[in-house]
Amino acid sequence: METFSVYVPKLAPKYEGLVPGHRFCIGCGEALAVRLASKALGRDTVITCATGCLEICTSGFPQTSWNVPWIHTLFENVGAVASGVESGLKAQMRKGKIPEKKINSVGMAGDGGTSDIGLQALSGALERGHDFLYLCFDNEAYMNTGVQRSSATPYGASTTTSPAGKVSIGQKTWKKNLPDIVAAHNIPYVATACPSYPFDLMEKVKKGAETEGPAYVHIFSPCPTGWRYPVDLTVRIGRLAVESGVFPLYEVEDGSYKLNFDFPKLRPVRDYLKAQGRFRHLSDDEIQNIQQRVEKEYKKLKVRCQET
Amino acid sequence: MSNGSLGWRDIKPGAVVTEPGSAAAYKTGDWRSLRPIWDHTRCVKCGMCELFCPEGCVFQNDEGYFEADLSYCKGCGICARECWTGAITMVEEEE
Repeated sequence: METFSVYVPKLAPKYEGLVPGHRFCIGCGEALAVRLASKALGRDTVITCATGCLEICTSGFPQTSWNVPWIHTLFENVGAVASGVESGLKAQMRKGKIPEKKINSVGMAGDGGTSDIGLQALSGALERGHDFLYLCFDNEAYMNTGVQRSSATPYGASTTTSPAGKVSIGQKTWKKNLPDIVAAHNIPYVATACPSYPFDLMEKVKKGAETEGPAYVHIFSPCPTGWRYPVDLTVRIGRLAVESGVFPLYEVEDGSYKLNFDFPKLRPVRDYLKAQGRFRHLSDDEIQNIQQRVEKEYKKLKVRCQET
Repeated sequence: MSNGSLGWRDIKPGAVVTEPGSAAAYKTGDWRSLRPIWDHTRCVKCGMCELFCPEGCVFQNDEGYFEADLSYCKGCGICARECWTGAITMVEEEE
């Protein structure tokens, strides 16, 4: 221990884009992810934020938690507004109203604002090829309004609109694979990240911001309120999700896939599921079913990594 | 504007917050039921607690040890869980 004079966490930027005093729940994974992302983005950033936990918790009206320009949009149009911000900045620079420099236009939304309601605005913005970064903070349901299912809710999760009971096992459909849908637009950079791996997350956000053209980072954000686990386990749950293959961390650069953390042997999915109250009702058969699905998806991803 | 006292150009646009980071005036520390305590004999000053704090309220003091700004700390305990030397313990808040 004494041989290390410099510890890696100390090399993280000291700058904070998100100041303390925000109203996120105790132990929020999204707050951690946003804080790390804002460190990576730096000061020259304009943030467009969809409705969701992130919006309500950072902008209780007379106050703001942001140290950078921030605009709230509706659920459905964060892609459109972020591309408008980028075009507006470009036009102002061309006319000489503001000095020429790289200013990041960043869209931030939750999984509902990305995979359900805002998907067509995002798809349009990606197709038009605006130079912007889109961050999706995926907490796998509409946590802001009290845990309603979204299309990013995984199979078997109990939420208030897909409750588990005698007949139902909770959410009946599988999680929508959004990074793949975005990668199908053939944009320069797509990645998945998790705040349990902070340097990986910061590196990916930075890379996405520096990329010319649209970039997308899908960030897994554990939510103690909706997933029903003790508040201190946030980072551990994220790590379990990555180690069990439920949420593999990978990047897609110009169509070539790269797995960032390739474990020789995946942890059983049971470890991840049993830590959370929303999966508590699952029987052994169902867990086996999820295990098979996770392994199948992971294998598909590995094949893609080898092929490209 | 018949009397010319106040036109629309004179009125400030609504719902615009001009001061950045003003939420720092809102102290979230009273949400807390557990308080992190650092054991300086075990602390190696790695900074993991600072990095993993969702609140961003852990800072390094002049001696190089870390401590939490208790006016913002919500007491989640992520720092105690992630500390690899186990230097942080969460104790009950007693008043």
